[in-house]
Amino acid sequence: MTRYSIFRLARNALAYRPNWPRAWRSPDPRPAYDVVIVGGGGHGLATAYYLAKEHGVSNIAVLEKGWLGGGNTGRNTTIIRSNYLWDESAHLYEKALQLYEGLSRELNFNIMLSQRGVLNLAHNEHDLKEMSRRVRAIRLNGIDSEMLDPQGVKAEVPVINISRQVRYPILGASLQRRGGVARHDAVAWGFARAADARGVDIVQNCEVTGLDVVNSRVRGLRTSRGTIAARKVGLVAAGHSSVLAAMAGLRLPIESHPLQAMVSEPIKPVLNSVVMSNTVHVYLSQSDKGELVIGAGIDGYNSYAQRGSFQIIEGQMGALLELFPSFSRLRMLRQWGGIVDVCPDASPIVGKTPVEGLYINCGWGTGGFKATPGSGWAFAHTIAQDRPHALNAPFTLERFSTGALIDEHGAAAVAH
Amino acid sequence: MTSQPYRLAEGGVIDRTRPLTFSFNGRRLTGYSGDTLASALLANGVHLVGRSFKYHRPRGILTAGTEEPNALVQLEAGNRSIPNLRATRIELYNGLSAASVNCWPGVRFDAGALIDAVHRLVPAGFYYKTFMWPQGGWHVYERLIRRMAGMGRAPEGADPDRYERTNAHCDVLIIGAGPAGLAAAVTAGRSGASVILADERGQPGGSLPDVASDGDVTGTSWLGDTIAELQSMTNVRMFTRTTVTGYFDHNFLIAVERVTDHLGPGAPAHLPRQRLWRIRTSRVVLATGALERPLVFANNDRPGVMLAGSARAYVNRFAVLPGRRAVVVTNNDSAYEAALDLHRNGVEIAAVADLRAVPVGPAAEAAAAAGLNILRGHAVVDTNGRRRVQAVHVAGIGLDGSLTGPVRALHCDLVLMSGGWSPAVHLFSQSGGKLRYDEMLGAFLPDGSRQHVLCAGAMNGVAETASCIVQGQDAGKGDVPAASEPTASTVDAHWPIPARNRSGEVRQFVDFQNDVTAADISLAVSEGYQSVEHLKRYTTLGMGTDQGKTGNVPGIAILAGSLGVPLPAVGTTTFRPPYDPVTFGAIAGRDVGPLADPVRQTPMHAWHAETGAVFEDVGQWKRPFYYPLASETKHDAVARECMAVRRAAGIMDATTLGKIVLSGPDAVRFLNRVYTNAWGGLEVGRCRYGLMLGEDGMVLDDGVTARLAEDRFLMTTTTGNASRVLAWLEEWLQTEWPELDVYLTSVTEQFATVALAGPKARAILTGLTSDIDVSAEAFPFMSWRGGHVAGFPARVFRISYSGELAYEISVPARHGLELWAVLLRSGPDYAVTPFGTEAMHVLRAEKGYLMVGQETDGTVTPIDLGMQWILSTKKDFIGRRSLARSAMLDPLRKRLVGLRTEDPELVLPEGAQILPTAPSGPPETMIGHVTSSYWSGALRRSIALALVKGGRDRESATVHVPLEGRTARAEICDPRFYDPEGLRLHG
Ligand SMILES: Cc1cc2nc3c(=O)[nH]c(=O)nc-3n(C[C@H](O)[C@H](O)[C@H](O)COP(=O)(O)OP(=O)(O)OC[C@H]3O[C@@H](n4cnc5c(N)ncnc54)[C@H](O)[C@@H]3O)c2cc1C
Repeated sequence: MTRYSIFRLARNALAYRPNWPRAWRSPDPRPAYDVVIVGGGGHGLATAYYLAKEHGVSNIAVLEKGWLGGGNTGRNTTIIRSNYLWDESAHLYEKALQLYEGLSRELNFNIMLSQRGVLNLAHNEHDLKEMSRRVRAIRLNGIDSEMLDPQGVKAEVPVINISRQVRYPILGASLQRRGGVARHDAVAWGFARAADARGVDIVQNCEVTGLDVVNSRVRGLRTSRGTIAARKVGLVAAGHSSVLAAMAGLRLPIESHPLQAMVSEPIKPVLNSVVMSNTVHVYLSQSDKGELVIGAGIDGYNSYAQRGSFQIIEGQMGALLELFPSFSRLRMLRQWGGIVDVCPDASPIVGKTPVEGLYINCGWGTGGFKATPGSGWAFAHTIAQDRPHALNAPFTLERFSTGALIDEHGAAAVAH
Repeated sequence: MTSQPYRLAEGGVIDRTRPLTFSFNGRRLTGYSGDTLASALLANGVHLVGRSFKYHRPRGILTAGTEEPNALVQLEAGNRSIPNLRATRIELYNGLSAASVNCWPGVRFDAGALIDAVHRLVPAGFYYKTFMWPQGGWHVYERLIRRMAGMGRAPEGADPDRYERTNAHCDVLIIGAGPAGLAAAVTAGRSGASVILADERGQPGGSLPDVASDGDVTGTSWLGDTIAELQSMTNVRMFTRTTVTGYFDHNFLIAVERVTDHLGPGAPAHLPRQRLWRIRTSRVVLATGALERPLVFANNDRPGVMLAGSARAYVNRFAVLPGRRAVVVTNNDSAYEAALDLHRNGVEIAAVADLRAVPVGPAAEAAAAAGLNILRGHAVVDTNGRRRVQAVHVAGIGLDGSLTGPVRALHCDLVLMSGGWSPAVHLFSQSGGKLRYDEMLGAFLPDGSRQHVLCAGAMNGVAETASCIVQGQDAGKGDVPAASEPTASTVDAHWPIPARNRSGEVRQFVDFQNDVTAADISLAVSEGYQSVEHLKRYTTLGMGTDQGKTGNVPGIAILAGSLGVPLPAVGTTTFRPPYDPVTFGAIAGRDVGPLADPVRQTPMHAWHAETGAVFEDVGQWKRPFYYPLASETKHDAVARECMAVRRAAGIMDATTLGKIVLSGPDAVRFLNRVYTNAWGGLEVGRCRYGLMLGEDGMVLDDGVTARLAEDRFLMTTTTGNASRVLAWLEEWLQTEWPELDVYLTSVTEQFATVALAGPKARAILTGLTSDIDVSAEAFPFMSWRGGHVAGFPARVFRISYSGELAYEISVPARHGLELWAVLLRSGPDYAVTPFGTEAMHVLRAEKGYLMVGQETDGTVTPIDLGMQWILSTKKDFIGRRSLARSAMLDPLRKRLVGLRTEDPELVLPEGAQILPTAPSGPPETMIGHVTSSYWSGALRRSIALALVKGGRDRESATVHVPLEGRTARAEICDPRFYDPEGLRLHG
């Protein structure tokens, strides 16, 4: 990989025709691989990268049915935080956040991690109690988190309305200062480029249409670009995980729902922090381009079409204007949806399956972007060693039959 | 300088009898009614309107419509301000004030333009490659970069205007009131169908007034006649200033009507500013026209470079000359029409450079006949001029696309360019429609949709007005319009036009707002960003506020060229809603302020409010939290209310608890399935407490259910879960057990309920009823009686959440306030004290009763709560199987316990975490948390409930609770702190 450096930047700036090397190749798939990752989203690409880097696996392919990063990785509102309630989640998301903190240098690609602080608002007595519980647990896990009163919220977010005379006034907030946002495409591209440099074949426009399972052992895959033999296969297909698992005869406890987001026209900076509210169902931040990036709750029905219904947008807008009355005259520029894979306990599944050589990483639902490097890191370990790392050991598929759930619902009414 | 020096003496659809004054960047100018801000600026010779996003390059007015990427302004100031509006879309009103965006100190001298000087340092994708050093350095750089973000500014203060959202249904929705749309509307209207015709402009007619100064190209009075006929049809609604902007599934569309924007801040107060229409229709006819494309040549972004069709619109519609001496550059016939119209109105046409070696088409012939200087096989290859174009350079262009012959400079103050037309397929694509690329037109055309939608006119690639009308008539009938004769005029695509100086640096702009050049696209391709979506994201092509309406096809063409593949192989990016940005306020409609979510109040609310109750939001309800007297603190008020209940009597408004009547012969069976305990043996007149679990075995809700009759039950739910429980029950009934004969009716709001609790409760009730025997023997705990209380028909339930002798009295809602008053008056002998939810929380915690949502959080089973007794072993119920899973049997699950702090004065904060040992530094081992914690006046000490691993197996153990700056110690104990034998409530 040709590294991006100040020297090279300067040289290219002086040239009339800059000559930058290709970020990744576009190889045709080879007939066989040691490991095939299905799904070229952030999690799949990160898995491939850490497999190559941490575990010395050399013969890896990532198969992506569209363009890499085109799934939820390229559609999310990019909120990153690790302030989760349960120990299991806190440790996994915190690992991810720590990896994020060094990721631009690690990948030699600026993923623009912007730790501008994430506020979770409380609007009633119940919210306040939940917040107190959460913040205390998070701090005792060694993760930064603090509580703010309404004046504290106003100090962090001057444009917010803390009047008591609104339908659901702000009674307080929790704040994780290390939380923030990152550039979603850059995360996909950075992992793709770094994985490619380590020899990973990233094959785009290659849809997996079948899995060959013989005697409960995976042998390979059928794809729109031919059959491919594989010793190990990792499924990392987010909203389409159930479809892929069914190809191996597995049923997942996952529901796929549309989740929508939108941006405003770009305006001069007015909002520094990331603001989230579960109670009124809205969350937003302002990008470095000046657009307000806004998301809401999921559409209630199941779907694989990457579009949702307009009522959701209407609902979130009323909530948004309660918090930010001065945004009423701004305008929605773009609106889109992704298909999120929601588990009954709102926690992911990262681990082995009953089929030998088949591994699964899914169920991140509405909030997996923040986990991308940690998820890939732990999943790579699981695939390479054929056993989970301590970090993802609790996130098994079996937990739905044993009952050892990791219920982040309180956290995840909207958990982005 | 005369006023409006570029205005023609006659023509156009402006009203010269109504001059308007306005200000732009502080300069006072005049225009006419009927002008847009853009046409008025041009009439005053103002071309420099804004600065581009990234390089702050001077930008003028490119178009005359919605597609405008350049001329963005901030309209008005203060709380009425709006950023990023397109000058081409703002209808002029008297007193309008606008300013350029994204420039400082001004649009003429803009400090940001320094970036343009060093632009080579910051090509597309530059950010991804740098600012990584040193680690964490991005935070420093970002702060600087962020200062450059955005175009206009958010308004200051809350929006003073009102918005509305409303629904409409019709048989045919026709979008676009140009010739095709009008023809479709009149045809559909004559058939008797209910028709909505929507157009974003102020008047119907579409582009007709743009292309002919008399507003009618048909040479007849077709336009006027058609509009008149439509207006006479009662089944046709014509919406003007209404942009259909979103096309969703099942022919559901969103339109925004700008009701008063054209009137400015002086609009009548009774009107909403904008109205969002939600339209459901059987059929859609898209007659959305076509958008002209720029050509991509070096420095094609200077003010004064304009789309040819738009220049024509300024001359014909607004009677404005966008310049005095123009050079035209085109790859198709349509620009000749513009050239001719400008020429006829006195603009000198220095030359028409036609990229085609052999210009064909009627307009080209007419131009030749008119003696215009036509340069065949020529292109504009560069321009000069800082804040306004001053000259262009033209050169011959060969069939292979390379430049031939010498480069010549031509002086001009206006460049008209036409890169052909792109049908406005945006809504069609949103509908799920597929596109096909037409080589002849060099454009994507609609090609089959999965919804019931027909396309007509220019959006189908048709150029002639007459053919558009025919297509509209077909679509109006519901027929797929017949393909029209292909036009003779073809498009010679040259994307981009080569530069004269091949070795030097060339900046041919494709996306004017975001400063994306042809070179940026090639760079992205060479770096591997080859999917059209990667290209868009890497370069920001088409991501400006115009969403690439003008630049997308040229961009795709350049991408295809760089990849060496045919254009259709590249495809388009997804067209995402909205077509045109939508005001947030319009999306929210009236759902703001107090209407953001309905407020639910009980019949006794007025009394609570008058008495000065502090309210708590529980779901949508306002519940009295406590009732402070004069100068009481919350702590004092709650303690007083609690003591009143323990010593005498108190009343609480319990109306908000969910009430569901279950009726039908299978009601018992149904209850048996949804509750964990058995219901068969419950006699009429008795009540029973029930726990409801989710399929996962976790506690969902609880409440008391009374048997009203053999086949009728009244279930209560918690306040916050009422609607959720009803939906849950209905889901089971309707989707899983349709064979059960049970009907559910919510009666929460039909009854007002008062909880009367305390040792004096029976005495008080006795005095208020003559037909209910309230003696302990006749009316035992967990039973109910019907009769009258205070003269009102009532159901009285003897149930208790406080641990005291207590009754809940339900009367028809209209009597609630009176009943409340009567109960209060039943003092002073008995001193009935109103108490709020907080006192109730304390009282029940003293008893160790759980509160759903506080002791439970979706992870707690009945066993965890020590409530095995409520799990029937004789029947199945929802959640039962889950309770048998191995992890549920783990003795180390968190279970409910009481906590007694070492320091009795210390009230632990709810949510505090519990450690088995003193803290030693994170990460700590947490074994549980405090779920409820209060000062207990009755016990004269603090009490707490907690969920702790191992539960009461740890009884008497000391645990550690880290607090702010210190750690408290507490002992695990029985959660029943007060009257554990229940003598009082059975009393
Ligand atoms: C609107 C929205 C907002 C969100 N906001 C946030 C947020 O603020 N913070 C946060 O942390 N998370 C957020 N999320 C969630 C987050 O985006 C996802 O959890 C995360 O990006 C998932 O990454 P992934 O790599 O697993 O999935 P994806 O990026 O979806 O990748 C899966 C890939 O698999 C491919 N694929 C599927 N089937 C096949 C097949 N048969 N063959 C080959 N390839 C296949 C898909 O094309 C896709 O590219 C949001 C999601 C959405 C939709």
